[in-house]
Amino acid sequence: MSEEKVKGPTTTGHVWDDDLQELTNPLPRWWIWGFYITFVFTVVYWLFYPAWPIGSGFTKGVPGLNSITYTATTVDGKEVEKTTHWNMRSKYMVEMNELHAAQKQWFDKVAATPYEDVAKDADLMQFVNSAGKTLFSDNCAPCHQAGGQGKIGFSPNLTDDHWQYGGTYEEISHTIVAGRQGYMPPFKEVLKDEQIGQLANYVLSMSGEPHDAAAATAGAALFQSETAACYYCHGADAKGRTQMGSANLTDKIWLWADIPAEKTAEAKVDAVKKIISGGLARGVMPYWNERLKPEQIKLLTVYVHDGLGGGK
Amino acid sequence: MNFNHDKIERNLGILLILTMLAISAGGLVEIVPLFFIKETVEKVEGVRPYSALELRGRDIYIREGCYTCHSQMIRPFRDEALRYGHYSLAAESKYDHPFQWGSKRTGPDLARVGGKYSNDWHTQHLTAPRSLVPQSVMPNYPWLATTALDYSDIEKRMMALRTTGVPYSKTNAEYERNVKEFGETVAKSLHIPDAEKNLIAQAQLGNYDTNPDNITEMDALVAYLQMLGTLVDFKKYDDDYFVKFR
Repeated sequence: MSEEKVKGPTTTGHVWDDDLQELTNPLPRWWIWGFYITFVFTVVYWLFYPAWPIGSGFTKGVPGLNSITYTATTVDGKEVEKTTHWNMRSKYMVEMNELHAAQKQWFDKVAATPYEDVAKDADLMQFVNSAGKTLFSDNCAPCHQAGGQGKIGFSPNLTDDHWQYGGTYEEISHTIVAGRQGYMPPFKEVLKDEQIGQLANYVLSMSGEPHDAAAATAGAALFQSETAACYYCHGADAKGRTQMGSANLTDKIWLWADIPAEKTAEAKVDAVKKIISGGLARGVMPYWNERLKPEQIKLLTVYVHDGLGGGK
Repeated sequence: MNFNHDKIERNLGILLILTMLAISAGGLVEIVPLFFIKETVEKVEGVRPYSALELRGRDIYIREGCYTCHSQMIRPFRDEALRYGHYSLAAESKYDHPFQWGSKRTGPDLARVGGKYSNDWHTQHLTAPRSLVPQSVMPNYPWLATTALDYSDIEKRMMALRTTGVPYSKTNAEYERNVKEFGETVAKSLHIPDAEKNLIAQAQLGNYDTNPDNITEMDALVAYLQMLGTLVDFKKYDDDYFVKFR
């Protein structure tokens, strides 16, 4: 055991068990001063930001040093200017004020322009395309896909000329505002399997798909009969009714049965049979009037109608 | 007087007093704010505890680790408001134990996903996310739609939350209190003795997994997702009403 004194800057001064000592290595000066500066910083912070809790309230900083002025919109639509202490939510109000100020002239112009005139104004349409693409990607693309091309078995294509619920500006707008609920009753209880097969062949024949001609003829009669009463929703011409969103069965566009993907004639018949027998309680489009503002819905309507193309 | 560590360490009385001082300072800072937590929760209408089915859905959300990629906290920033909607309120997660705010977003925030997509979409997307969102990196959860929901212990789950202060009712007196606070419809959904009956009724009426024949874990999870962020009607408030709570 060494009798040597411990070498080093200094020790705490006391000795245990004859020779056990503790070093005190002081922290570097720069570190210590840095530490003290954080003390000063906190005091400055208290002046500018909400800090100390006091009872049920808190210190809000020195008025004037940290005041924020923003414009609020009340429940009845009035705009009020308000000044408050700095906090995340008042800062957010300022951010939103700036956003609205930047976009106001464009949204006002969209609101003031009749639907059919928006696309004639190149500058305005550029705004619609750019703001519309963002809105569409955030809200519509999960179902209708990034380019609005839709998905068979899920959501309709928005870029073609076929519109289940109508493709005028007013109809598109109404679809966005109120949403849609698709429904077709199941026919497995009402019709025999053979009859459903005949109807499926008739449906395929209208789109020029391979089919059994005799069955299709029987299906056509059934389609117009009171037994199946398909005409009631799809129309006597089988072109669908936009008021109720029933499909046009003559246009070779398939939404629920993926006919183009089915390789054999039997599989195509089976795919249509499945829809007729089971019906559809799908095709739900959510309503957007609570999530989007009226001016955003108008802009989206024009984007879908003219930006994606295909509107009527 | 030269007062140093030597003095403190050799004097038990001083050591004890100083130790207690240090601990109480830390304790005060951590504990006192809890007594004022009610003051920081916004006064807002519509927030209610989860129904039995939603609660099971939330448990599945936690079991599957959804929170590792999805937050439920929209921060008061412009870009978040534009994508997700109104910023989240403390009041909106006051019945959450534990809360699902999260701090990691591989997927989007889900605080206001309720009503944004159809039940059909959620069922398809949870089963095979890339069938709807080609660029998604979310895993497939195909077993949700095929696994029957186990709700045999739903009453125990609600009892546990009741212990933490969530106003689920066990007695008639508690039920009456809930009727006053939440109205009759909601109060019924919070009554523990009826939990199983309510859960089955909601699953059958809502048919969340688009298969009416059975009650699956998909029913519960979609029911939960479809109510997220929908309880507060922000149209009832000035758009700066919530500023004053901060």
